[in-house]
Amino acid sequence: MGQSMSEKSLNAAGVSVEFSGLRALDNVSLTLSPAEIVGLIGPNGSGKTTLINAITGQVPLAGGRVTIGGDQISGLSPRRIALKGINRSFQIVRLFNNMTVVENVESSALAHGVSLRQAREKANTLLAEFSLSEKAEDLAGNLSYGDKRRVEIARALAADPAFLLLDEPAAGMNEAESETLLHILSELPRTRGLGLLIIDHDMGLIMRLCNRLHVLASGRTIAEGKADEVRKNPAVIEAYLGSEAANA
Amino acid sequence: MTFTVQFLIDVLSLGGAYALMALGLVIVYGILKLVNFAYGELIMVAGYAMFLMGGSGLPWLVMAGVAVIMAVIAGIATDYVAFRPVRAKSVTAVLITSFAFSTLLQNAALLFISPRPRPVPLPDIFSQTVTIFGAITPVRNLITIVAAIVLLALFAWLMRRTVLGIAMRAAATNFTMARMLGVPANLIITSAFAISGFLAGVVGLLWIGRIGTVVPGIGLEPLLVAFIATVIGGMRSMTGAVIGGFLLALIDTTLNYTLSQELLKFRDAFTFSLVILILLWRPDGLIKGPASGQRT
Repeated sequence: MGQSMSEKSLNAAGVSVEFSGLRALDNVSLTLSPAEIVGLIGPNGSGKTTLINAITGQVPLAGGRVTIGGDQISGLSPRRIALKGINRSFQIVRLFNNMTVVENVESSALAHGVSLRQAREKANTLLAEFSLSEKAEDLAGNLSYGDKRRVEIARALAADPAFLLLDEPAAGMNEAESETLLHILSELPRTRGLGLLIIDHDMGLIMRLCNRLHVLASGRTIAEGKADEVRKNPAVIEAYLGSEAANA
Repeated sequence: MTFTVQFLIDVLSLGGAYALMALGLVIVYGILKLVNFAYGELIMVAGYAMFLMGGSGLPWLVMAGVAVIMAVIAGIATDYVAFRPVRAKSVTAVLITSFAFSTLLQNAALLFISPRPRPVPLPDIFSQTVTIFGAITPVRNLITIVAAIVLLALFAWLMRRTVLGIAMRAAATNFTMARMLGVPANLIITSAFAISGFLAGVVGLLWIGRIGTVVPGIGLEPLLVAFIATVIGGMRSMTGAVIGGFLLALIDTTLNYTLSQELLKFRDAFTFSLVILILLWRPDGLIKGPASGQRT
């Protein structure tokens, strides 16, 4: 099983991104296997979001390639990449605010070619899973922040992605909301065989959630590996975690 | 009673036509955040299609169907000729290309058909009148009301209960996000233009049915009406466009009923003054619509 899983891994190899001459990402390689959670961390401006943008086709690559199970996806349009099974969230929640919660969730299933009835069933199942059933007919724009985040993840899951890339999913959440989110996310790899890449500044959340960490600083990989080992890496402590985390 | 019925029929029939015009404009604006200034020419295309089929002896409904299809084709052509090639470049570029396409179509009509009004075939029922509660009204007004109700209901169903409609609403709210989810952008945009053309075609039939002739500049007034209605109602909301259409018709009809003969020629000045007042009160229009109004 391990072999077939690694064949379907999401693989960014030597990815570089330039913005008018400035190297935002420099030769970054990252592998995300199904059913694993990888934390992507680094100081502000280290290129974390740029890496997600590069994988999802929103910024062109200046070098390197991105593949899923050996098939190249870099160079495809964001839509094509989405259809290959990669879904993402943004730092700022981007729901369809004037549509109902259930319509938001089914919209992503519909984009993958299922029928309206199947999409509605899938959306209702997901909303039940996320304890959002009674809000199904509410306008998404009227939800609390925590609920919006959950709807966003439900919407991403409605597309049955193989990989989910979350950009600061817990940002702006209170402790209770963050705890609920952590519980939902930690279940996903087991229940859905999903590979999760998570950017977050909440080190507590990252350490509890992730099997592996990938650390960026100034657009370069400075460490990667098991969460505990990376946390002890002196380069990481210096670049990002600081004395606070080292003492934690 | 008679007066009330007369007034209601006038407001509803004019409002129905205005609402459909506004909807045709706002469906494209909602997704692209760009005004299609060649929208009026879609109505013109429907009109000239009717004129050209005038002597063919075809049943009127068949001619009407073909005219609407021509407007749909012209709508899709607008996307391919004026919008798609420059869509990603700049707002100014699309403004210019949509004006250019509008001018091109108008001048083609001037050159190849005639600058003079040309008659369009109308069924007898369009010139008949009926008496309802003592109010005498042309049957075409009632047809307009029924057509507007049917089309608005159909439109609401399409937007809420079909895959295309849900995808279009998602794209209208946040185009980039919809694409990230896998919604096919070009198909959605072309569909919006096709629906816009369909509405323009039907409105064209009803609108030209009032006058009985078509001229190259026939689309200017509907474009202006649609634009004002959407501005009043809220550029980002389809419901707003419909409400704006009916409100504008209410203003127009009220002025028609109340202004004296000498003042009636200044009706538009009164209308626009009221529109300005509405916009001072609600600068974003009556219905705000989705907040993310970013262009794509």
